[in-house]
Amino acid sequence: MPHPSPLTEPFWAACRRRELMVQRCEACGVLAFYPRSTCPVCGSTALAWQPVSGRGSLYTFTVARRPTHRRLAGRVPYVIAVVELDEGPHLTSTVVDVDVDALRIGARLVVDFEQHPLDDDTDITIPVFRVDD
Amino acid sequence: MTGRPAVVGVAELAPVRDTGDATELSLSATIGTAALADAGFAPGDVDGLLTHPMDTLARLVPSTLAEYMGLGLSYGDSVDLGGASAVGMLWRAAAAIEAGMCSVCLCVTAVPRSSGQTGGGPTRRAVDRSPYREFEVPYGNIGATEGYAMIAMRYQHEYGDTAVARARIAVAQRENAAGHPKAFFSGKPLTVEDVMASELIADPLRKLDSVMPTGGAAAVVVARADIARAARQAAVPILGAGEAITHKTITYAPSMTDTAIRASADRAFAAAGIGRGQVGLASLYDCYTSTVLLTLEDAGFCPKGGAAAFVDAHDLTWRGDFPLNTHGGQLSFGQADVAGGMSHVTEAVLQLQRRAEGRQVRDLEFVFVNGNGGIMSEQASVVLGVAR
Repeated sequence: MPHPSPLTEPFWAACRRRELMVQRCEACGVLAFYPRSTCPVCGSTALAWQPVSGRGSLYTFTVARRPTHRRLAGRVPYVIAVVELDEGPHLTSTVVDVDVDALRIGARLVVDFEQHPLDDDTDITIPVFRVDD
Repeated sequence: MTGRPAVVGVAELAPVRDTGDATELSLSATIGTAALADAGFAPGDVDGLLTHPMDTLARLVPSTLAEYMGLGLSYGDSVDLGGASAVGMLWRAAAAIEAGMCSVCLCVTAVPRSSGQTGGGPTRRAVDRSPYREFEVPYGNIGATEGYAMIAMRYQHEYGDTAVARARIAVAQRENAAGHPKAFFSGKPLTVEDVMASELIADPLRKLDSVMPTGGAAAVVVARADIARAARQAAVPILGAGEAITHKTITYAPSMTDTAIRASADRAFAAAGIGRGQVGLASLYDCYTSTVLLTLEDAGFCPKGGAAAFVDAHDLTWRGDFPLNTHGGQLSFGQADVAGGMSHVTEAVLQLQRRAEGRQVRDLEFVFVNGNGGIMSEQASVVLGVAR
C-alpha cells in the first residue's frame, strides 16, 4: 500500500474525502497524473490540485488469473486497468464488482474508494472504479 | 584507424533454473574471460568494461568487476536499460572506441538464479517512494506480464485478435531452438494448439506466450577495427545503432501500440545505411510473443496492424524466408534477465561468423537486433554485418 510523501499527500487526503484530484499546470494548463514536482509537458513547477469528475473509460486492462501480489491473492481473478479520465489523464487502477470475462475496452467507469489498513495501524484510501451502468 | 568497431568474441552459458553457488561477480568473470578467449584476447588486452546494476551490487559495479577480473581500464560504465542493456552496451562500446576512450571493450551480463525463486529476476530492493510503488503496486501492476498483457489487450482492440499469430511465433522459435544445444527447450517441439491451450496467466497472454525465467550469463568483446582484424574470430562490425526511451510504467507511455522501437530502429537503419529488405536475420527481444508482433511493425518490417498477416505469410525458422530468433528467442532459449537480452546479440554474432551449426542462415549479410527493457520502456537497436 502507498506511503504518501509530502508531494503526494494532497492526492491521498482527497481520496479520504472520496474525491479524486489531479495536478493542473498553471503555466500550460495540462492536467497530469501521477503527482510530480514539475509539469511533464512544460517543466513548470507551478502545479495546483484540481478535482476531476471521477468518470472515465476503460483504456485497456488485463485479468490477473494468478495473484501478482500476496495481498491480492484472495481477489483472483482481478482486473488491472488503465483508466482514461474524461478530463484526459490516464491512471492505473482496478475495476471492482464486475464479471471479468464480460469486461471490454471502452466500458464507462466511475470512481469509488476503498479503505485499506496499513502496517502502522493507520489506513489509506485508494481509488478504484466500477462500471457506470 | 579505418572501419567500424566490431564484435570479435562471444561466450554464453546455457540458461539453467538454478545457478548453484555462482554469484553475479563469479558468473561475470567466468563468462567475460571466456568471451576474451573466444576472440583470442587476454584480460590484459581489455581497457573498456560495460556491466550492469546487480541485485547485490547497485553501485560501483565497473570498478568492482574490474578488480575481480584484474582489468585495468581507461573506460568503465554500468548500463541500466533492463532487457535493452545488452544492445545498449554494443552502442556504448562502439561509441567509446570511436571517441578514443578505449580500444577493446568487454560487455558482460550475468544473472544468477536459485530454483526456489519464484517469478522473474532477482528480488528487488524493498521500500521505495517511487511513483511505481505508490500508484502501481496497490493494484498489482507489478511484474512484466500484467503490463504486456494490457498492451496486447489494447492492440487486439485496435487491430484484431492475435492469438493464432502469437502462437505461430512461439512454435517457429521452438523449432529454431531444436538447432541450438544450449536452448532450454531444445528438442521439445510445440504446436499452435499447445500454445493456445496453455494456462491463461493475464488476459490475453498465456503461459506459452511468456518466457520462462532462468539464470545465465553472456558476454561479447567489441574491438577497434584494426585490433578486430587481428582477432581469432571474424570481425562483426557494428554498422548502426539507436535508442529510445519514453516511459517506465506502461500507463504513462505516449502510445501503447506504436512504440519507441520505431525511433530506435529508424536511427539504427539510418546509421547503417541499409534497408529492412537487406536484413537476413531479425533477432528481436521476445519477452512475450506479443512483443515480437509489435517489434515487427515498429522496426519497419511490416505496416502497423500487419504483424499477424506477416507472421502468417512467412516462414520464421532459420531455413525460412524471414529467419526470426534463430536461437529460439528467449521464449525457447530461456530468459536470464539482462543476460537474456544478450542472447539476441550472441546469436547475431555467431550467425554472421558462420558458427551457428545446425541452424546457420545461408548468405547472411546483415542482422537487425532489438533490445527491449521494462514494459516496452527502453528500446535499443543495432545493425550488425560481415567484415568487408
